[in-house]
Amino acid sequence: MSRQKLIEKAMEILFLICALTSIIAVLLICIFLFANGVPAMSKIGVFNFLLGTKWTPQDIPASFGIFPMILGSIYVTAGAIIIGVPIGILTSVFMAKMCPKPLYKILKPAVELLAGIPSIVYGFFGLVLLVPLIRETFGGKGTSMLTASILLGIMILPTIIGVSESSIRAVPDSYYEGALALGATHERAVFFTVLPAAKSGILAGVVLGIGRAIGETMAVIMVAGNQPRMPAGILKGVRTMTANIVIEMGYAADLHREALIATGVVLFVFILIINLAFSLLKRKVD
Amino acid sequence: MGKFEIKNADLYYNDFHALKNINLDIPQKQITAFIGPSGCGKSTLLKSLNRMNDLIEGCKITGEFLLDGEDIYGNMDVNLLRKRVGMVFQKPNPFPMSVYDNIAFGPRTHGIHSKSKLDDIVEKSLRNAAIWEEVKDRLKKSALGLSGGQQQRLCIARALAVEPEVLLMDEPTSALDPISTSKIEDLVLEIKREYTIIIVTHNMQQATRISDRTAFFLLGEVVEYDQTENLFSMPKDKRTEDYITGRFG
Repeated sequence: MSRQKLIEKAMEILFLICALTSIIAVLLICIFLFANGVPAMSKIGVFNFLLGTKWTPQDIPASFGIFPMILGSIYVTAGAIIIGVPIGILTSVFMAKMCPKPLYKILKPAVELLAGIPSIVYGFFGLVLLVPLIRETFGGKGTSMLTASILLGIMILPTIIGVSESSIRAVPDSYYEGALALGATHERAVFFTVLPAAKSGILAGVVLGIGRAIGETMAVIMVAGNQPRMPAGILKGVRTMTANIVIEMGYAADLHREALIATGVVLFVFILIINLAFSLLKRKVD
Repeated sequence: MGKFEIKNADLYYNDFHALKNINLDIPQKQITAFIGPSGCGKSTLLKSLNRMNDLIEGCKITGEFLLDGEDIYGNMDVNLLRKRVGMVFQKPNPFPMSVYDNIAFGPRTHGIHSKSKLDDIVEKSLRNAAIWEEVKDRLKKSALGLSGGQQQRLCIARALAVEPEVLLMDEPTSALDPISTSKIEDLVLEIKREYTIIIVTHNMQQATRISDRTAFFLLGEVVEYDQTENLFSMPKDKRTEDYITGRFG
């Protein structure tokens, strides 16, 4: 008996350690980021760093303002939301409630495959297909905020579709049947009773999608143009925070390097804000 | 001629013969009760009357279901049929929206958008369902916050809001406590003046308390269909007698 209890206790501790791993990882990332990034921020000046519109690390004296990149990330993500969220939600409604079975058997794996494609492949797709398309349709270089938004919009589709679809499927049939019994059409029943009931799950999908969009790096670098200047229009090039870090980290040193890590801090705070907003929203919905 | 006439109706779930040669004539503005043991087909027949069985894959129906002489499986628009034949479910199923929007859902579906008209319908329906006094101060709050009995009366109000001719009730009180049950029974007796009501129930006392006619189902057949009084006091069929005296079921 006591031997059994001992084993049970030991296993319990093992499980606890496993559970703590992710917490420890988050904590370590926090500590590392803030320890390396915050001093740089204070050296540059928080105001100069966050709201400075000039990023010229090679100049003397150097200037480290990441405001263009913050705006770049926000704009590109907003564009991705405008493109990806409506398509994603409507697709999930279609898949959960309207899709004929034979088509579903093709559609579902296709969406799942979309989630598994490496971002560099998306980047190539954007570079080879989207960039020339935008260039020929709207003029300009083709590498632009619009191109990046479209590409990101496609990339966040599987996240939004997957989460939304399962939350739509989780809505009890009684809502749907209740609406039909009142004489509502299939479409009305789905859009006005099932969809509102799945609201919080769909919101979760959208937030996950936003998280993915704002953190995406490789694909964006390949199509966004990456000029470190204030965004000047949707057909002009733009540099995101992630792109800023990846492009310059290879050769950066001293304060420049620390400024890039501080950019990571800002990105991290963005993600924290998104998660916080999400849990507040979710509490409101519940 | 009754409100609903069911002639030679058979229903199959794939290979399972769930309803066998049903013939029923359901009178207008009366309460008809369907009783019988679980799985006898009474709910299945009820769901055939507003074509909710259409949702079930592999369900095949033959025979005639005449509403005022018109076959509901013929050319009739199914959404229009369900407007004329409302339904209250076993488990209260208010939509996850406000009390007001729950009631207004049906009228809005059928094209009524004027605020004053909707206000009138909402109040009238809630009064008809004897729940107005309890919810009038919280019309804008979520219907999910109501108690089970209130939710069920809300669902009845919601069904009444589209002004149906027939109201189908599928064991509407089986999930409720005795007080809520008696409120619903009073309500049903009250509204039968204007509506033809068909109620499926497991509770034989309930059938005797509220219904004018009763049909006893067994293994997919209607064994006996008569005035409620007659059926319970002098059942003609031995199986009916066994069931109502509690020998099985």
